[in-house]
Amino acid sequence: MSFLELRDITKRYGTLNAVSDVTLSVEKGEFVSLLGPSGCGKTTTLQMIAGFVDVTAGSIRLDGRDITHAKANSRGLGIVFQSYALFPHMTVYDNVSFGLEMQRVPKSDRKDRVEEALGLVHLSAYAGRYPRELSGGQRQRVALARAIVIRPPVLLLDEPLSNLDAKLREAMQFELRDIQRKVGTTTVMVTHDQAEAFSISDRVVVMEAGRITQIDEPYRIYEHPETEFISRFVGKTNMLPGTVQTVNGGYASVSLAGVPVEVEAPGVALGETLTLCIRPEKLRLAGAGQGRLPGRVSVRYFLGSQWLYHIDGPLGTLMAVTPNDGSAPLDVDMPVGIDWSPSVVRVHRGVMAEAPDPALEAE
Amino acid sequence: MEATGPGARRSTPLILSAPAALLFASLILTPLLLTALLSFNEFEHATGRTHGFTVGHYLAVLTDEYYLEIFLRTFRVAALATAICVIVGVPEAYILSRMRNPWRSVFLLVVLAPLLVSVVVRAFGWSMLLGPEGPINAALVALGIGRVRMLYTEWTVIVALVHVMLPFMIIPVWTSLQKLDPAVEQAALSFGASRATAIVRVVAPQILPGILSGSLIVFGLSASAFAIPGLLGGRRLKMVATVVYDQYLSDLNWPMGATVAVLLLAANLVVMLTYHRVVEGHYRRRLG
Ligand SMILES: Nc1ncnc2c1ncn2[C@@H]1O[C@H](COP(=O)(O)OP(=O)(O)OP(=O)(O)O)[C@@H](O)[C@H]1O
Ligand SMILES: [Mg+2]
Repeated sequence: MSFLELRDITKRYGTLNAVSDVTLSVEKGEFVSLLGPSGCGKTTTLQMIAGFVDVTAGSIRLDGRDITHAKANSRGLGIVFQSYALFPHMTVYDNVSFGLEMQRVPKSDRKDRVEEALGLVHLSAYAGRYPRELSGGQRQRVALARAIVIRPPVLLLDEPLSNLDAKLREAMQFELRDIQRKVGTTTVMVTHDQAEAFSISDRVVVMEAGRITQIDEPYRIYEHPETEFISRFVGKTNMLPGTVQTVNGGYASVSLAGVPVEVEAPGVALGETLTLCIRPEKLRLAGAGQGRLPGRVSVRYFLGSQWLYHIDGPLGTLMAVTPNDGSAPLDVDMPVGIDWSPSVVRVHRGVMAEAPDPALEAE
Repeated sequence: MEATGPGARRSTPLILSAPAALLFASLILTPLLLTALLSFNEFEHATGRTHGFTVGHYLAVLTDEYYLEIFLRTFRVAALATAICVIVGVPEAYILSRMRNPWRSVFLLVVLAPLLVSVVVRAFGWSMLLGPEGPINAALVALGIGRVRMLYTEWTVIVALVHVMLPFMIIPVWTSLQKLDPAVEQAALSFGASRATAIVRVVAPQILPGILSGSLIVFGLSASAFAIPGLLGGRRLKMVATVVYDQYLSDLNWPMGATVAVLLLAANLVVMLTYHRVVEGHYRRRLG
């Protein structure tokens, strides 16, 4: 049996289902991220595990024990709150040492462990400050230190790095991963930063409107999103609507604005509407007249290691990303050919309710 | 551009605060000043005239055991009433803040309802309840314990003061509880703290400012309370405010009454400022 098990947990606020039938098994020592847009129920799920939100239905088991209705102070979890929830009347040192005091750790050990935890989050010099004398990111790191110092069997992190700069965030991600590997802490982290979820998680749980839509390894979530929502939410995607022209075994020929494209799509019917999803980095930009579709560069964005192009063509605007390999980028208004290899196309049956707006997604 | 010059800007705060300052000066400072001046006047018992200048009244009050006892009693009663208000009011405010609507609104109303009834009416209520023929004594007699004198004792005054003052403790504490992030208490619980530990170590220090202001209000009002000690303490149990009243209206010795009033004000100020300093110094840096 798994270490932490949520079975069909549901939270209802009046008529609103904040969380519906969430089932999730987390193995001991695993790092799982909950990823989803704002208001989809991530915090509520975490708070139910922590015991601060009553579960309307379903059960939670931790290490074989049913904790669905256990008191919050008997669960022994380390928690980073989305609002940090630091003790405002205690110094940074006392904040971090509070959990150790509650565990009745001897005073001498307490000092070493608090200092170690503060060192880990690069705050050793701030031990004597009060929370209101710290910046947002510093407070967040105190919250993190406070949770990890007690070495809990399960860490629940609610957007623990959202306020840090890119460099510090990377360092903290590394530390989190390191702690988890060394101590074997089981970690559930909430984030809406997909890059963060992908880079440190063993598995990613994608949530939408209170439900889990996919649980998978980061790579599979990215490459094999199970719903259109996920492929849109996770990374950028070009969505090309088309109609099935011919069916041949597991393959079909789909007409995209008159251009026939062969895709692997078992079980589709003639005349059915499909949406082909292609990640921008999987499009190749060739010279004019080459490739599968013609196009013209309308905008280009410099992203540092990459160039992002918007290409106008017969299917509307497509996004393409090419590595910045040092050669000169394409100019705006330059005609290009768009190409891709058949294996990179993901097929969704049906048509998207609304076409993605590349200009919005580029932001 | 001239209107926004430095000169004009400097006078703006003065002009803006003038109405309030004027009101304050005419309604509070002037009577205070007149009282202070009066306390230095000589008093002729035979004619009742007041004139001249003397510090005799102050010397008389400060060296008289009788007055000293009354001052001590007043501050003892006020301090005990304040302490009981803290002990009763703070948990009450906490419980109130943890209630859910509609119960919360109902009980908040119950707590505040006494404010709607005149203190005099409430004092008479207490005296009927505790009087020799009141229901409590009737019950004691029926139980064979016999009559107990409850009126005109210090404890009766204290209990009645607590009854009157409790809302003034609950309201500021309730306000500071409202400002608390519930997640902070949850954080304490998540570290395995018991509910009691969380309240003592995490909630109480944060609502200290509310407790402080509540205590100051309750202490100040109790120390200068008139109706409750007057009606429930009677002739026997004098407090400073009732002495002032007696001096003014029975002895017609206005300068003496003014002296006692000024001394009460000064003593009250000293006690409250000291208390404020001690407690506030404690949390100033932490809570800002
Ligand atoms: N106490 C509450 N009463 C009523 N509705 C609530 C309550 N708490 C949360 N909700 C609702 O439940 C839904 C899920 O909220 P939740 O805080 O779990 O979102 P989230 O995924 O953590 O979002 P974010 O990324 O913005 O933090 C939201 O629609 C929210 O409005
Ligand atoms: Mg949240």
